[in-house]
Parts: sequence; structure tokens; C-alpha cells
Amino acid sequence: MFIVDYIKTVYSTCKSLLSGMRLTGYYFFHHKEIITQQYPDVRLVMAERFRGEVVMTHDEKNEHRCTGCTACELACPNATIKIVTKQELQPDGKKKKALDTFVYHLELCTMCNLCIMACPTDAIKMAQTYEHSVFDRNQLTKKLNAPGSKLMEGVE
Amino acid sequence: MQYEEVATTEEGNLVINVGPQHPATHGVMHLVITLNGETILKVEPHLGYIHRSIEKMCESLSYRQFIYSTSRMDYLSAHINNHGCALAVEKGLQIEVPERAKVIRVLMDELTRVASHVLWWGAMAMDVGALTPFFHAFRERELINDIMEETCGARLTMNYMVPGGVMADLHPDFVRKVKDFVAFFRTKIDEYDTLITHNVIFQGRMKGVGVISAADAVSYGCTGPVLRACGVKCDIRKLSPYDGYEKLNFEEPLETAGDSYARYLQRMRELRESLSIIDQLIDNIPEGDFQAKTKAVLKLPKGEFYSRVETARGEFGVYIISEGGLTPYRIHFRSPGFNNLAALDHMARGQKIGDLVAIMGTLDLVIPDIDR
Repeated sequence: MFIVDYIKTVYSTCKSLLSGMRLTGYYFFHHKEIITQQYPDVRLVMAERFRGEVVMTHDEKNEHRCTGCTACELACPNATIKIVTKQELQPDGKKKKALDTFVYHLELCTMCNLCIMACPTDAIKMAQTYEHSVFDRNQLTKKLNAPGSKLMEGVE
Repeated sequence: MQYEEVATTEEGNLVINVGPQHPATHGVMHLVITLNGETILKVEPHLGYIHRSIEKMCESLSYRQFIYSTSRMDYLSAHINNHGCALAVEKGLQIEVPERAKVIRVLMDELTRVASHVLWWGAMAMDVGALTPFFHAFRERELINDIMEETCGARLTMNYMVPGGVMADLHPDFVRKVKDFVAFFRTKIDEYDTLITHNVIFQGRMKGVGVISAADAVSYGCTGPVLRACGVKCDIRKLSPYDGYEKLNFEEPLETAGDSYARYLQRMRELRESLSIIDQLIDNIPEGDFQAKTKAVLKLPKGEFYSRVETARGEFGVYIISEGGLTPYRIHFRSPGFNNLAALDHMARGQKIGDLVAIMGTLDLVIPDIDR
């Protein structure tokens, strides 16, 4: 009986190995099912909702929608955003709080989307970039509002 | 000092350190193994190499903010961890979650479970020396990652579950892509069986190795597939259903042998079960809101809140003590990996050193989940 068992084991082992090898052979001859991306030459277009980094939207007149309300700064779990405000003189002589600098620390950001959710005026959004490495970490601290930009009219 | 003590207890015993690798790598664990020849006498896990004190960090974050950090614990079940946290906060605030949000959450949970088990399958095969399955597994997991990326905006740390529902509505392509994936993946599980499950050499390495009895597994606090492979029913989705699991028609697969092969088969059967849950839900996503209306600032009433969910590795619990303020007074996470690791010593004693990595593979350990 030992001999019969022995032969059976050898047979089932060989069979299972060969069926595995057959599958491997199938992929060897079917290159189309291999999904290698030639990365630096072929770049993927990321999904529309992909969270790459926070950017501020500006229109063609170089106007943004940020009122400097600091809702995003409060919503951020990692102190990634720092908003510096200034007092701006209105035409009617009153002073009004306005955005001076929107500082964004990419090195601290975890792309959790909470700031975008908190923004009442849709001033910031997530960009679909993904190549963030730089040689100097200071370059990761960004100023999001473009130089000379103003608050869009009608945004409160 | 401790090491010398172990080493000199008996003549001829050898102490080996497995790991740690460099602390900057993602999963660093240190096992001190006492050997007699090739037989393992004792396994002593040393933890703390990637401890980030997430529980303490959460004490200074608001109830909306702390959820993102749980994605970094068990990164393979990020959705399910976030789900557990959202459930605990909802319990405190008594928010009624819309039906659509519940279905989306369950769909995402099951997709995450499939992705996690697929990655485990590849890593498991790699642990016992088969390299190619890892690439097969990543090919399929990539499809789930693409689905996640499209709807949630991220591939691994989604932060998609928020108190009151989910962060954004489903992407228009979601239903079609998930259907394609399920149909495609069913054929691939059969390939997995051909490659690994039916392989006699693999079975020889797994059967009868790393046996743990049901009573021992319960006393070590094991949950999830590790405990179910001993024949104990412990699926939280069945025991205390949350977010509509009670309406679904699914089985809780049970293996009884309690060895490495049973744990392997258990996860393979759960893969198929998850696919059947996705099948049931994907055509029946109700219309409606994806998020309940919540206040801008969440304040939990004074008290203690606990919620538990079934991650790919076992029971994940979130325990919040609130003093009525903006931030929790104390948060504790019950992670499945820590307790499953505790059983490693019991399983590995008397086994050969070559089997240790295979046993660890069947436990499906995610080290950041153990260390938090």
C-alpha cells in the first residue's frame, strides 16, 4: 500500500505543479495581459478627484475667491495652512479684512481633503499633480495666491 | 540583559534576531527567537519601532479631523478603519445616516477587504518562496485602487468616510467599473487556486503547521480569519451588524482545522463572500443624499462611545471618551493585528524556523496596525 500512496503523491504533486506552470506559460505567451507602464515616457492622467496638492483657483483677471476666513486653517489636522490677512481700505472708507498670503506647507499635508470641504467660497481645490520631490525642502512651502491677485467681486 | 538571560538558560540554545530593518521602512518588527537546532523554543516580538502615538494625537484633533489618522494604522483596510471611527462619532451625535451613504460605505468596505486579501495572498505566497503570485495579486489590486482613486480621490489613505455619510458621491463610472472588476476577478480567483491552493508543495508547507486550538485563540484575543479558521463564529458583520449588513444575504465561512492552511482557505473563501456582497449591492444603490446634514463643529455629549467593525484582519474597535468638548478626552483603538500577533508565540513553538515566516504570513500582520 505504501507504494501506491507514494505513486499517488508523486502524481498529484506533478499534476499540480504542471497546471501551475501551464498558467505561467499562458502569461509568457500572452504579452497583452502584462500591464507595465513605461513611466517617465508615458505619464498617466490622474483621475479628476485625485488629491495631489492644494491649489488656489485664479481667473483670467488674476482674481481669486479667498476671503481669508481661515476656515481651512481651522479644519486642517496638521497645521498645513497658514493664512495671513491684512486690512484693506474699501472705497466707502471702511476697513475690511482681506487675504494677504495663503501659506501652504506641502511637506506637512496628508491630502485629507478637509480644507476643501471646509471652504465656504470654493477658493481652493485639489490639483492632480503627483511628482512632488524637490532638492530643497523650503520649496515645499508654497504661497498659493498669485502675486498681485485680488478678491473676486461678489464673493463674501 | 534580557537577551543574555534567554541565551544562557540552557546549553546549546541559540538566540536569533529577526529584524528590525531600517526604521524608515513601512513595517518594522523585531522578533527574538530562541532556537534549539532548527526547532523554535520561543518567539518574542519586540514592538515600538514605528509607534506614532496616534491615540494621543487624536486627543488634540476634532471629531472630524481625527478620522484621517486611522487610515495610517491598518493601511490595507483604511476604509474600514475610517468607517469604525465615523460610526463611533455618529453614535455620540445620534446622526441618522442616509441609506445611500450606508450602501456606499458597505461597498467600499468590501472592495477594501478584497484588495487587502488579494495583497495578503500575494505576500503569503512570497513568504513561502513563490515570487510570481505577488505580481498577479498586484495586477488585480491595481484595478481596485483605480476605482478608489476615481471615487475617493486617493489610492491608499482615502479618508472617505466622514461623520454623517461619505465625503463625495460615487463617480458616474463606479458601478460599471465595479461590475467589470467582479466579473474579471472571479476568473482570477480560480487562477489563484490553480497556482497556489492546489499546489501540493504549498499544502505540504501549510497543513498541520502553526496549529492553534479554538480555546487558545479565544484566550489570546484573536479575531477575524485567524479565529474563524479555528471554527469560532466571530464576524462582527454578523454578530452586531452595522450600516445595513443585517439586510444582506451572506455566509460566514468557517474552517475548523486551526492550522496555517485553514487560515489560508478561510481568507480565500472570504474573498468569494465579499464578491457576493458586492454583487448584491451594486445594482441596488438607493437614490438620495450621500451625507446627512451635520453641524460645522461637532461636539459629542459627555460620555463613552464604542463602535466596532470587521476589518480584513479582525475586529477593530473605537472607544471614545468625551467630556463634551471639541476634542475627545481619550481615544483608544482596539486593533486586530496586536492580538493576532500575541498568538504567534503559541503557534510557532515546536515548529521549524523555516515555517515561522509562513505562520506570520497566515496571520496577515500589518505592523503599523500593531504599533499605532
